[in-house]
Amino acid sequence: MKAGDLGREYQDGEAIITQGEVGDRMYVVQSGKVEVVRTDGAAEVRLAELKQGDFFGEMALFDKDVRSSTVRAKGTARVLTIDKKMFLRKVHEDPSLAFRIMEKMSRRIRELNEQAGK
Amino acid sequence: MLLDTGSRVAVVGGGPAGSFFTYFLLEMASRMEIELQVDVYEPKTYLQPGPAGCNMCGGIISESLVQYLGAEGIILDSDVVQRGIDSYVMHMDAGTVRIDPPGHEKRIAAVHRGAGPRGQVNHRWASFDKHLLGLAESLGAHVINDRVETIDWVDGRPRVATKKGEGGVYDLLVSAVGVSGGGLKLMESMGIGYQPPETTKTYICEFLLGEEVIEQYFGSSMHVFLLDIPRLEFAAIIPKGEFVTVVMLGEGIDKELVDAFLGSPEVRACFPADWSIPEEHCRCFPSINIKGSPRPYGDRVVFIGDCGENRLYKDGIGGDYRTAKAAAKTAIFEGVSEGAFRKYYGPTCKALATDNSIGKIVFLVTGLIKKLPFARRGMLRMVAGEQRSPGSGKQMSGVLWDTFTGSSSYRSVFQRTMHPLFLGKLVWNIIVALPRRRAIVGQ
Repeated sequence: MKAGDLGREYQDGEAIITQGEVGDRMYVVQSGKVEVVRTDGAAEVRLAELKQGDFFGEMALFDKDVRSSTVRAKGTARVLTIDKKMFLRKVHEDPSLAFRIMEKMSRRIRELNEQAGK
Repeated sequence: MLLDTGSRVAVVGGGPAGSFFTYFLLEMASRMEIELQVDVYEPKTYLQPGPAGCNMCGGIISESLVQYLGAEGIILDSDVVQRGIDSYVMHMDAGTVRIDPPGHEKRIAAVHRGAGPRGQVNHRWASFDKHLLGLAESLGAHVINDRVETIDWVDGRPRVATKKGEGGVYDLLVSAVGVSGGGLKLMESMGIGYQPPETTKTYICEFLLGEEVIEQYFGSSMHVFLLDIPRLEFAAIIPKGEFVTVVMLGEGIDKELVDAFLGSPEVRACFPADWSIPEEHCRCFPSINIKGSPRPYGDRVVFIGDCGENRLYKDGIGGDYRTAKAAAKTAIFEGVSEGAFRKYYGPTCKALATDNSIGKIVFLVTGLIKKLPFARRGMLRMVAGEQRSPGSGKQMSGVLWDTFTGSSSYRSVFQRTMHPLFLGKLVWNIIVALPRRRAIVGQ
């Protein structure tokens, strides 16, 4: 990592979050790429590839369920953690902070609808 | 008094408060399908090294603000951030302790507000203020590089005029001027009864050490000093790219106090043994807001950042973000009348002011601990114990982290210090540390 890099660096293939684990934070990709994969039995399905500025793990901020998928670095990737308590406290004061996340979730639902329709 | 397509907004001051306001105003306006014309008046280009191109400040973006900006989709890259900070080292006469928050993640950004200190030769990093202004421009703001000379009123609307004759009549005037320059006088001359905030002087200087020396001696830690030097409230050394920034808060800071601090053994121990204070180095005595303006709004005018209300001592840029966004939300969704600002923007200022009152108590207690050797040793012992045991609670570490980095509200810090477990542990550590004093005295 360069001296001015923020967040934490993950090496190629390193898991940032793991499917089935309990999560209490979300992440923002600062640089590089990460891939979202879901395991069903022995089969692994690649759901998405995320790049700088993309969020993941945001569902953990709004529900109490376990992580729905694994997110791992694709090449070297750097991500910033956003703490659940800090975020929710701030959203209580300024609900508009959640707007970008809602935008992202809305886009994902649209993509899922399109996939389901195929 | 509502903003609509075609409305004109003047933002006086293109520092973080002005840029955040403009960015959020234009973003919210776009969501509401309102087309606004926003002019940002900023005489600095942020291209000139030294105080002329800098809105003088320590240059720390707090852990909470880095996270808020992340959630807002604003990424701070290493072309602006000179060093990611992941820990801090507390220096006292009783000893030194390093405090690592859980996660060891770099979530505090050390930046230069301007183009860098006087004498800088390597322009590898961009000015933070210029970066934010660029974000506002990317959403369509028009930046006018000129100083506003007069503001008067035409049919109840503010009229702005610059030295070079730019300006016009606006539907909303946003004052985002700092408290160090002549901006406050300009605002007082508007004739709306604006009362400027109470301020105090701080001292900031920059030492060129080079990347290697900084890495070796300071690492990615902010160095905080709690020294029993009369008139000195608090001091920190913040490592940047090739420079370290020294920030001092205190009463009537003068050369004598600066020399006393820089010459103290605790500070000298941080620098290489053969290092001496260079004759020529960039330094300034900027003012900071310590008590906000009592009514930072009026019809078609709002005061944000330092000229309105801000956080006490720490996280000033975080305070800019809060007031700027609250004012932008009010302007878009509630209108630009005094009543709208009082009802929807006022509570944000009031919340900051209330938290600052609690902050004054927190700093009073810190000042007391600083003066009492047994309390200093007890505190140091408690932190050192917490840092040695990874599994234990980190009450004191967390309290100090949030106090010195400005990552949390003063209310939250105060509430945690009132917890019986915290108080019990502190009293225990003070008692256990007492015999050491006798041993030291007896030697």
